[in-house]
Amino acid sequence: MSAYSVNGQTVEHDEEGYITNLSDWSKDLAEVIAKEENIDMTEEHWAVVNFLREYYDEYQIAPAVRVLIKAIKKSMGPEVGNNKYMYELFPYGPAKQACKIAGLPKPTGCV
Amino acid sequence: MSDVKKFLYVNRKAPYGTIYALESLEVVLIGAAFEQDVSLAFLDDGVFQLTKGQKTDGIGVKNFSPTFRALGDYEVTKLYVEKESLEERGLTEDDLQEIMYEDEDDDWEEKPSIRIVSRAEMADVMADQDVVLSF
Amino acid sequence: MATLHTVNKSPFANQSLLSCLNHVKDGDSVLMIEDGVYGGLAGSGLSDAVAAKAGSVQVFVLQEDLEARGIDAGRLIDGVTAVGYDGFVNLVAETDRTQAWL
Repeated sequence: MSAYSVNGQTVEHDEEGYITNLSDWSKDLAEVIAKEENIDMTEEHWAVVNFLREYYDEYQIAPAVRVLIKAIKKSMGPEVGNNKYMYELFPYGPAKQACKIAGLPKPTGCV
Repeated sequence: MSDVKKFLYVNRKAPYGTIYALESLEVVLIGAAFEQDVSLAFLDDGVFQLTKGQKTDGIGVKNFSPTFRALGDYEVTKLYVEKESLEERGLTEDDLQEIMYEDEDDDWEEKPSIRIVSRAEMADVMADQDVVLSF
Repeated sequence: MATLHTVNKSPFANQSLLSCLNHVKDGDSVLMIEDGVYGGLAGSGLSDAVAAKAGSVQVFVLQEDLEARGIDAGRLIDGVTAVGYDGFVNLVAETDRTQAWL
């Protein structure tokens, strides 16, 4: 598969599932990508995804996972901003999986 | 922590004419994961990388100047900028964007990452490194 | 704690050699390679700047790059020495760090 289907539209993505055109993103698309990743989007998931989008908007990069966790800890508290909780939310890696759902490129340094 | 080495990334090229500047920044971000003592040096045309007001929509390339402001999150907090290089190009510190970091050891106080240094001081910074990476 | 500086661009094309000479410390070495070897030519507009540093720092050019460009070692600035690849390797091994001026 090389495209997501959302509300009758197709949105292209690369071989790993990251969308090709960042402006194609929508909340509905995020739900579709999350489903592909076997993630049920909760309020906590959304908080992380929204944080990532704001970070990207400000700095033009998706943060590395340790930067993400540190920043989440600072803005949302240690209950959310810790490794264990973040990996519970996004089992295949918060930076990688959450970035994909947030419609951002793969984080720099992530292989 | 005895194996922490001092790494200096030397930036001497303007941002968009070649790929050097963007490549350097990406290597810095990736390298930050290795928790070394990282500094960045900006001299010659490299000082143009830090100017404020960059807007690249018209040339179809990504504006990566905002990314310098994220370096503090990666614990990269020493950006040495050479005074003579600025002056030769008719620039002053006011032409550079503000780049801050939060000092973990000082109650998260916001401090400037950019340090303007003379050519002689820049030579000292370079001579004080374990590894120098040039871009 | 000496540094080996390499310069691989012609000094007539950009500022790398001059910037390098402006940042070297006494006891450092400068090695001109590739198009950088043109910086070793005597009688050029930049020879004086190189000669002025050749006392406090050691200045080398890579023999193979000179030969490739048809430059006889006799055309070099006094105090500038040609070395081969083995000499290049020795310089890297003898110094504490290498810094490239691109």
